[in-house]
Amino acid sequence: MTDVAAGASTRVEWRVATVLSVFEETQSVRTLLLDVPGWPGHLAGHHVDVRLTAEDGYQAQRSYSIASPPEETTLALTVERLEDGEVSSYLCGELREGDRFELRGPIGGYFVWDVSDGGPLMLIGGGSGIVPLMAMLRHRAIALPQHASVPTRLLYSSRRWDDVIYRRELERLSASDESLRITHAITREPPAGWRGYSRRIDRAMLAEVAWQPSEQARIFVCGSTPLVEAVATELVALGHSPDSIRTERFGPTGSTS
Amino acid sequence: MRLVSRGFRGKRVPGQAGRLPPGQYETRDFPVLSAGPTPRTPLAQWDFTLRDLDGRAARWSWSEFQMLPRVTRTADIHCVTKWSKFDTRWEGVSIDTLVGEAETQGIVPAPYVMAVCDGGYTTNVPLADLVDAKAMIAFIYEGSPLDPEHGGPARLLVPHLYFWKSAKWVRELRFMDQDEAGFWESYGYHIYGDPWREQRYTGDP
Repeated sequence: MTDVAAGASTRVEWRVATVLSVFEETQSVRTLLLDVPGWPGHLAGHHVDVRLTAEDGYQAQRSYSIASPPEETTLALTVERLEDGEVSSYLCGELREGDRFELRGPIGGYFVWDVSDGGPLMLIGGGSGIVPLMAMLRHRAIALPQHASVPTRLLYSSRRWDDVIYRRELERLSASDESLRITHAITREPPAGWRGYSRRIDRAMLAEVAWQPSEQARIFVCGSTPLVEAVATELVALGHSPDSIRTERFGPTGSTS
Repeated sequence: MRLVSRGFRGKRVPGQAGRLPPGQYETRDFPVLSAGPTPRTPLAQWDFTLRDLDGRAARWSWSEFQMLPRVTRTADIHCVTKWSKFDTRWEGVSIDTLVGEAETQGIVPAPYVMAVCDGGYTTNVPLADLVDAKAMIAFIYEGSPLDPEHGGPARLLVPHLYFWKSAKWVRELRFMDQDEAGFWESYGYHIYGDPWREQRYTGDP
């Protein structure tokens, strides 16, 4: 673990983020590319706190996972617009290039992965739970010229094919890397001719897709509480050590842990 | 620093002034937050321990624990991930009761406590924040046995601190003569965690 992961002893300062660009990932998910002067650096899996301030001084805070790898100088947040989401509806709506808001971080330090931690790596995500896992995949792609030294599998559950965040980038990553295997599960409306999984992640799927317990993979699970609860429970039932499983849950209120 | 976010209005809820700590919002859900899989300890194997600096321990089995006097409490809870939930109703055994019982067995309290849990989670709390009816080991939530995903069979409840201090699946309170960082505290979260002073992370005032 680096100093960043261990949690610096100095204050996690509020900084001003300026929006360099926004990119619509799906109908309800947007990536914000941010310039954050003084950003102290982060590990893949860390998150930030965002604070918005209204004209009259009213403030609201929420947490968002960092999507960009530590190697990039600009910070990327990928935000899902939640129904009645006080902050997400602003970030995914009104916010545009050149706007500024406050953020602080990096925060976390347990649900993080650095190439020096090694593998094999098992990433399991649902919906916008892909965001911290994507930071890990991007970090791995940049930091490890020899990908094969950390063989990696991603199991990613989405409602519809059009809801798959980072779809093209994931295709690109796996096309150029034999040691990366990506499996999608489409739970609601699989596309015509879909031959992949069309159900929620369950024990049988994990037995087929995940590494065997004897391979002692590092496992990261991120998504809604029901997904994380089910996946972590089934992994333990399949024989994976509870110590090898790190979880991050996006609660129904849109908070991250 | 006060940086107005262009076009941000927010959703103010009337009547919350004075009840929401800074940076929090109210939720009606009960979000689940934990760092790993949910441990499931059978009640027959469950026990609860209070341990002093010399390693002496007072221990209760589940059935012995159930015989102890109970307290009920309605409290607002505040998670460091920003949600707060009002009027949550808990039932359990007061830490005052446990410390009192332990003292009759020769256990000597110390000024700091480490809560130690199934699954390896730990969190540190000063003893002063656990006694005088401030905290309990809770096993009933809203009239029903506490769900495993919310910390059942029993969790620490210290509602005046951020909720990560209310350790799920707690099995032991270990006295310490000096304050030591628990799990999240060693990953940069605040050593004390008062929501009203917004002590979320190391270095917050």
